[in-house]
Amino acid sequence: MSLAKRSVLISALVTSLGTWVFWWGTDGFTAFTAETARRVEILRSPRALPDVTLEDQNGKIFHLKDYQGKLLAVDFIFTRCTTLCRSMGMIFKQIRDLIPQESLGRDFALLSISFDPEHDDPANLKKYGEAYGADGQIWRIARVQDKAELQSLLDAFGIIVIPDQFGGFEHNTALHLVGRDGRLRLISDIDKAIPFAEQVVALL
Amino acid sequence: MIATLSHHPGRSALALGVFYLLLATPIARDWLEASMSRHMLVQMPLLVVIGIIAARLVPGRTQDSLLIRFGGAWPCVIAALFASSYWMLPRALDAALTDPWAEVAKFLSLPFLVGFPLVLAWRRLTLIGRGFVWTNFFSMLAVLGWLYIVAPVRVCNSYLVNDQENAGWYMVIASVLLFFWWLGTLLVGGGVGPDKPDQSGPGRTFA
Repeated sequence: MSLAKRSVLISALVTSLGTWVFWWGTDGFTAFTAETARRVEILRSPRALPDVTLEDQNGKIFHLKDYQGKLLAVDFIFTRCTTLCRSMGMIFKQIRDLIPQESLGRDFALLSISFDPEHDDPANLKKYGEAYGADGQIWRIARVQDKAELQSLLDAFGIIVIPDQFGGFEHNTALHLVGRDGRLRLISDIDKAIPFAEQVVALL
Repeated sequence: MIATLSHHPGRSALALGVFYLLLATPIARDWLEASMSRHMLVQMPLLVVIGIIAARLVPGRTQDSLLIRFGGAWPCVIAALFASSYWMLPRALDAALTDPWAEVAKFLSLPFLVGFPLVLAWRRLTLIGRGFVWTNFFSMLAVLGWLYIVAPVRVCNSYLVNDQENAGWYMVIASVLLFFWWLGTLLVGGGVGPDKPDQSGPGRTFA
């Protein structure tokens, strides 16, 4: 084969291989960031979560597994947060108010998990909860005290927390829905509270 | 530096290998990957440079036979384009931090799929071919930098949002400076661009 022909052939081969790698690496040109990838993957295969021990704003100890059989909305916060977590509080409140009264607590619950257990003791969790009307039953604000458990929970959810230069944290923020089987089944943007609530209602 | 290195190819190869391994140590990786700017604008270019130096240490005749085996200049350029663009994806950047296999892929692909093949191809590229590679690189860097500056969201879960903006600015600045440097070499070097093609160079591309 002439060199020119070979060159064209190999170029075509390299191009198709490169395109395939891009296609494979971006879930068919849809997920260019790790955050989108996490959401696409959950939709495709709901993910099992570790059964961690939590402590809520009333100092009550409970387990993530206790929620099995219910739909559970989860978000991650730290109470010192002055930006996104504040709107997260408002958004969770909005979601709760969109769910039919009779399902609240029975078939659907909300859980805000703090990834800053050192600062977020029950007193601080309570303060945060009271600001948004979290009652401690339908909507609990909780921390995971065990460092290893917390990390395994964050890993399972795909949450990456990094300290910022102001002594706080930056983290990927989203609305998470855990199914009755205890698997993470949906992650959506925080500005999609209404579609999120509609999804929940459809599943009730 | 490269010219002095190649007087002792064996020793240079050893030094290069040691430097490559040093970059792969956890300490170097942690420090270079702690900020998005250092990750994208120091570590990744260094990995490419390792590939470039490695290729230059290969004797010219071997380079030529390798190039023929790879089907000439263009397959090499295309491989380099794909591999370098892939590591500009925010997702790939995050993956390099969270998935050890992605990190291995990065350490292998940047030297051996970007730096190395580019050197092989370079001598056989015409001025237009080189211009294509350069301008493609400048525009990719500038557009991506601009995207990082204006992005309303954090594109990398592992990096702070102001780190992303800094990296964006550095990329835009780097692309502008590099562009003017390249333009300058075109004017000064009588139109042949940086690193003049050797006798067997322009006009005899394989593709």
